Amino acid sequence: MTATPPSGAKSMRTPLGRVRNHGSAHSGTTDFWRQRLTSVAMILLIVPMVVVMMILLGRNQAGAAQILGSPPIAIIMLLFVVASIWHMKIGMQVIIEDYVHDGKLKLASIMANNFFSVTLALTAAYAIFKLSSGV
Amino acid sequence: MPATSEAMMTVRIERPLSPHLQIYRWTLTMTLSIVHRATGVALYFGTLLLVWWLMAVSSGPGAYAAVQSFTSSWAGRLIAFGYTWALMHHMLGGVRHLVWDLGYGFKPTEREWLTRATLIGGILLTVLLWIAAYAIGGGGR
Repeated sequence: MTATPPSGAKSMRTPLGRVRNHGSAHSGTTDFWRQRLTSVAMILLIVPMVVVMMILLGRNQAGAAQILGSPPIAIIMLLFVVASIWHMKIGMQVIIEDYVHDGKLKLASIMANNFFSVTLALTAAYAIFKLSSGV
Repeated sequence: MPATSEAMMTVRIERPLSPHLQIYRWTLTMTLSIVHRATGVALYFGTLLLVWWLMAVSSGPGAYAAVQSFTSSWAGRLIAFGYTWALMHHMLGGVRHLVWDLGYGFKPTEREWLTRATLIGGILLTVLLWIAAYAIGGGGR
């Protein structure tokens, strides 16, 4: 590098010493990893989810409520809802970061994305818990 | 860095620029890259329907009837079919990405094969699921 290093041209620090501990913040791949984690979770959950949907076909509200409230099915639904909404939240954030260039609009969009995703997740969880408690 | 190093150069060297996207021959992998993102966005909003349906089941017969009248309508069924395809296609596209993440499938023939498998597999799974759905329940969800 021909440009003056941040610590001055006459610094006694070695190039390695200057960059040491200024590298990865060890948090940069969190979203990348969670995106893969939730995708694998959903691949595992897709078969039980399809089975649940097939069981629910053609049933009335009382029948559907009874099936969805049973522990294994409620847990499958809850796992799928959490994995899918987490996954879609990260995915939408990547899209916003790619296409929204205005700083404040980007902040607002990412915030709206978070609000939307959390609202959906908690609404779904509320419904599943309500069905499980048989109210 | 570019500003200082450019200022130091007396003559600006004409380097070849990266060509614009439209210079490249359009490929199936490029199409599916966009379709993966588009199906992701569709599923993002499609999740609203899933949550609406869950809330309706937990709310009572009236709310559930509203969902059923929507899913049995022509438009509702088309949306449910589209949602199924988007989910299946995005899932297989995701598997393709996981294969790439692990470092496999980068050779041109493998890449093309994976891409075709995603496209055809997504359609095939969707059709199979809907045939099963009609056989079991006499209609979509």
